[in-house]
Amino acid sequence: MSDAGTLSTQSTISNDRDTGQTGSVVQPVPFRGGGFAPKPVRGVAIAVFVALLIFAEIGTRTGFITNLTLPRPTAVFETLVQLWQTGGLWKHLIPSLQRLLVGGALGISVGVALGVMIGLFSYVRAGLVPLVAALFPIPKIALLPLFVIWFGIDEMSKYMLIAFGTFTPTVVATFGAVDNVDRSLIRMGQSFGLSWWSIVRKIVLPGAFPAILSGLRVSISIAIILLVAAEMLGAQYGIGSYILEAGSLYDLEKLFAGVTILSIMGLIVNFVIGRIERRFLNWRE
Amino acid sequence: MDLKLKNINHHYGSVEVIRDLSLDIPRGQIACLIGPSGCGKSTLLRFLGGLERPSSGEILQIGQPPEDCLNPLTYVFQHFALLPWRTVEGNIKLVLEDHGLSRRKMDDIVTNVLERTRLSEFREALPKQLSGGMRQRVAISRALAVRPAVMLMDEPLSALDSQTRELLMDDLIALWTRQPFTSVYVTHNLNEAVRLGHRVVVLSRRPGRIREIVDIDIPLSERHLGDPVLDEKQKQLWELMREEAAAADKELINV
Repeated sequence: MSDAGTLSTQSTISNDRDTGQTGSVVQPVPFRGGGFAPKPVRGVAIAVFVALLIFAEIGTRTGFITNLTLPRPTAVFETLVQLWQTGGLWKHLIPSLQRLLVGGALGISVGVALGVMIGLFSYVRAGLVPLVAALFPIPKIALLPLFVIWFGIDEMSKYMLIAFGTFTPTVVATFGAVDNVDRSLIRMGQSFGLSWWSIVRKIVLPGAFPAILSGLRVSISIAIILLVAAEMLGAQYGIGSYILEAGSLYDLEKLFAGVTILSIMGLIVNFVIGRIERRFLNWRE
Repeated sequence: MDLKLKNINHHYGSVEVIRDLSLDIPRGQIACLIGPSGCGKSTLLRFLGGLERPSSGEILQIGQPPEDCLNPLTYVFQHFALLPWRTVEGNIKLVLEDHGLSRRKMDDIVTNVLERTRLSEFREALPKQLSGGMRQRVAISRALAVRPAVMLMDEPLSALDSQTRELLMDDLIALWTRQPFTSVYVTHNLNEAVRLGHRVVVLSRRPGRIREIVDIDIPLSERHLGDPVLDEKQKQLWELMREEAAAADKELINV
């Protein structure tokens, strides 16, 4: 019998089964393919956040949570509004933003530059990768007194602390990004006789850009953390010093108001980087 | 411009990849290199374009490339090697920008090559928007833009499905018929070799040597799918390769 013949007999058998003539159980094939594919769900983040706030509010009002452990969210909000109305917000925010901007820009630009050099030159890599690895795990806050000796008690030591803190994660992210640029694209550039500088500028840097950008998310968050540390170095104004002052007076409303501002700063940075990604990385599949 | 490989030997560490191989690439023809996997055919192509150096032996170019040629030895890669952040136009301009051409001249070249590969309407598209076949067409038009003396094609159709492959083979034949170019075409697909090759160079398994050179005299434009003469040639090539391929398949890979 031909292959086609066998096939047709088989299909008759399955037809029989379909109609249940042979008495077998007919059931759908169980689906096993779902899950493992997280997708964005709108509104859940806000719901969780609001639920936590409401819980804290009710807890503090009923006395279930004492005022010593957690301030009342509405009181924190009132403190924020007050801070805004008295102009204290800007008085503290502007010096902080300045420190963040100068320190962060310094650390990130040196970090990206050195990271690219490590990615491109064997000698720089051999010399600096162990050094960066040694510097990375040092808690920069531990170096606070040293920074005061080195750079004085003024703004400079604060800039340098933030710069140093953002530098190490930026270097690591950048040279990793350069290492991961598709080698076949670089070969292609060479095969078309592109100059070294053209290859770096048109192939290596744009190829490394997405990973550098996601490294920046980490670096900037670290910069915000270090801002508070830097302002421990005797700053009169600044979100960090505002928080420290509130902490030492055990003024929880003020403390939480300050923390809220830092957290909002983090959210804004995240949002901006997300925007940049969407604007410049729309070529990704 | 002709190319000549002279007594090429090559090792990767202790593994001998190519042994005493000499080959002439005459102008105006497509030479197909076929052989079992690991026989060093892609390595040979990298030697020809100066992307890699053999352990010993010489690669010579005989005669000067034509005056207007911007990049005499130009590759077309298996995985296209297009910059994903540049449009079709940007990808072609990438290879023109370093030559100090005027903006107008570059635009003219882009328009011309896109027309020849029938891509004119995709000028502003990003690679991610294109199918595999279209991406390889872009890569081919990029190669044409620098007016190469020799096109070095490294399994250019291997990443494509067989229907797209047929279409692109027709395109390549049309391009060649309109303006003959010199090409070294590496493939493991015997059908591509007999459709596109004026001569087919069969390499042995590692260490790679030339097993045989088969010339196919039928003009490219007259070679069609299912032509009995071509089928005969393809069978002949397969007979040559069969044992080598089987033996190569059983070798341990330690490169």
